[in-house]
Amino acid sequence: MRPWQKVLIVAVNIYLLLFFGPVAGFDIFRIIPEIASKPSTLLQQLLIGIANGSIIAIIALGYTLVYGIIELVNFAHGDVYMLGAFMSLTIIGAFGVTAESTGAQKIVAILVAFLGAVAFTATANVTIERVAYRRLRNAPRLASLISAIGVSFILQNVGLFWGGLKAFFPIMGVNAAAPKAFPELIGRIDVFKDILGWNVPISFSTKDLLVITVASSLMIGLRLFVQYTRLGKAMRATAENRDAAKIMGIDVDRVIAFTFLLGGSLAGAAGLLVGLYNNTAVFTMGFTAGLRAFTSAVLGGIGNITGAMLGGFLIGILAAFSDQYFSSRWTNAWVFAVLVLVLVFRPTGLLGESIGQKA
Amino acid sequence: MLELKDVHTYYGNIHALKGISLKVEKGEIVTLIGSNGAGKTTTLRTIQGLLRPRSGSIVLEGEELTKIPPHLITERGVSQSPEGRLIFPRMTVLENLEMGAFSRKDKDGIKRDLERVCIVFPRLKERVKQKGGTLSGGEQQMLAMGRALMANPRVLLLDEPSMGLAPILVEQIFQIIQELNKQGTTILLVEQNARMALSIAHRGYVLQTGHIRLQGDAKRLHDDEEVRKTYLGEE
Ligand SMILES: Nc1ncnc2c1ncn2[C@@H]1O[C@H](COP(=O)(O)OP(=O)(O)OP(=O)(O)O)[C@@H](O)[C@H]1O
Ligand SMILES: [Mg+2]
Repeated sequence: MRPWQKVLIVAVNIYLLLFFGPVAGFDIFRIIPEIASKPSTLLQQLLIGIANGSIIAIIALGYTLVYGIIELVNFAHGDVYMLGAFMSLTIIGAFGVTAESTGAQKIVAILVAFLGAVAFTATANVTIERVAYRRLRNAPRLASLISAIGVSFILQNVGLFWGGLKAFFPIMGVNAAAPKAFPELIGRIDVFKDILGWNVPISFSTKDLLVITVASSLMIGLRLFVQYTRLGKAMRATAENRDAAKIMGIDVDRVIAFTFLLGGSLAGAAGLLVGLYNNTAVFTMGFTAGLRAFTSAVLGGIGNITGAMLGGFLIGILAAFSDQYFSSRWTNAWVFAVLVLVLVFRPTGLLGESIGQKA
Repeated sequence: MLELKDVHTYYGNIHALKGISLKVEKGEIVTLIGSNGAGKTTTLRTIQGLLRPRSGSIVLEGEELTKIPPHLITERGVSQSPEGRLIFPRMTVLENLEMGAFSRKDKDGIKRDLERVCIVFPRLKERVKQKGGTLSGGEQQMLAMGRALMANPRVLLLDEPSMGLAPILVEQIFQIIQELNKQGTTILLVEQNARMALSIAHRGYVLQTGHIRLQGDAKRLHDDEEVRKTYLGEE
C-alpha cells in the first residue's frame, strides 16, 4: 500500500469515528469528563482488563501455537475452551462443593477438575487434528479453514447437548442453552484493602491475582519449553520448515499432534480458570472468547508466544474500557475493528517478524 | 550400500521418475547429472522419503526404505543438503547444526562431529550465534552441508551444493566434498556443474526426463561425446 493510501484510510477512519463513533459509545465529549471526575475508575478498569486479558491470553497461546506450526487458524479452539469450562463444571458438580465447603474440599475439587478438564480438552484437540485437519494438510489452505469452522459448530452443539443433560449433571440447571452457574470457590478477598491494608479506591481481588499469576507462569513456562527442550526445538524446526524438519529425522506428525495437545491443555486450563473467575459458563462462550483471543494473537504477531500474551492484555484492557466508557453492546465490534486495523496496517502484529523467510 | 530399483515417482498425474535404477557403493562419490527438470531433486527427495514412489524399491544395506516414514529413514543413516538449502532461518547457526543431529543419541559422537564441522567450515564457527536467515547464500550452503554432516550419515545426499556460489567457493566446496569422502563418507552428488562433478566422482549417472540415459565410470562419462556436447557444452 502506498503512503497516501494509508493516510486516506486513516482520515476516513477518523471521520467515521467522530461522526458514527458516538453510536458505538465512542463519544469523547462524554468520556473525557467522566474520566476526569473519577480517575480511579480508569485504574480499576485497567486492572479488570488485565485480569480478563490473562484468560484471553491463555486461549490466544493455543491459536498462536497451532498457527505457528501449520498456518491454520483453528476456529474450533474457542469451543475447545468452552468444553474445558463444561468439563470443570461437571467435575466440580460431581464433587458437590459449594462456597460453604471447607478449604480442603475446594482444593481437591479444583485440582481434580483441573486434571480432568486439561486431559479432556487435550484429547479432544488431538482428536480434532487427527480427524479434521491432518488429511487436509497438503490441500489448499481454505479446506482446513472450513473444516475448522465445521468442527466449531459441532463442538457448540456438543456443549448445548451437554448443558441439557440435567438428569445426569444436576449442576447444569434448568435450560440447555442457559448460562450455567459455577459455584464461588476462590472467594473475593481484596488484596489491597484486606491483605495489604491499603486504603485505596480500587479493588484487586485474590481472583484477579490468581488468573494473572497463572497466565503469566504458563506463558513463561511455554517460552522456556519451546526455547530449550528437545521437543520444543522440534516444534520450532517444524514451524520454520516442515520438509527440513523431516530431513532432520523429526516425526512431524507427532510434533504437530503434540502442539495440539499443548494448545488443548491450555484451553482446558483457561476454561476452568474462567469458571472460577466469572462463575458462569455457557455453550456460546467459546465464540466470543475465541474472537478476542484470535484478535490478541494477531495483534501480538501470530506465531509469537510473547506477542499472544501482550495482545491478550491489550485486548482485555480495550474490552474493559469499552464496557465502562463506550458501550458494552459494542465491545465485540471494537475488538473486531482492532483486528481489521492490525490486518491492514501491520499484518505481522506488534512483535511479529516479517514472514519473508517462511518456506 | 544404497540401491534404487525401477523407482517411479509421481507428482499427482505428472510422471517425474520413470523407472530409476542406480547404486551407490560404500566409500564412493556417485554423481547424478542432467538438465533442468530431469528429476534429480525428485530422486533425492524420494530416497529421503519426502516423496513416496508409486512402485520400485529403495534398499539401504539390506533394508527397504520405501515402507518406513522419513524420520526413520534419517535414523537409518540418510541425510541431505536439500535443494534450496532449507536451513532454519530463525534458529541460530548452532541450533541449526544441533537439529542436524536430532536423531542421534551418542552425545560424544555429536560433539566430535560438531568440532569436525567447525574445522571443515571455519566460517560457520565464527557465526554460531547468528540467526541462520542472516547468513549469506554461500554461508547458508555451508550450513546446510554442515547440518547434514551432523547426522553422521551412511549416505550423504547433496543437491547442487555449488548453486549460487562464487567460482572460488565452488572449487572449495568440491574440495571439501572430496575430503569428506576420503574421511569415509559415502556421497550421492547432484550437480548442474557436470564437469566438476565428474572430475571428483567415481561413477556417474546421466538423467534425462525421468530416465537414466547413461551411466558408468566418471572418467568415461567425462570423455563421452554425447555428454561433452549436451552437459559440458563442448563442440
Ligand atoms: N511439486 C511439483 N509438482 C509438480 N511437478 C513437479 C514438482 N516438483 C517437480 N516437478 C516436476 O518434476 C520434474 C523433475 O523435477 P526435479 O525438481 O526433480 O528436477 P531437477 O532435475 O532437480 O531440476 P533442476 O536442475 O532444475 O533442479 C520436472 O518436470 C518438474 O516440473
Ligand atoms: Mg533440482
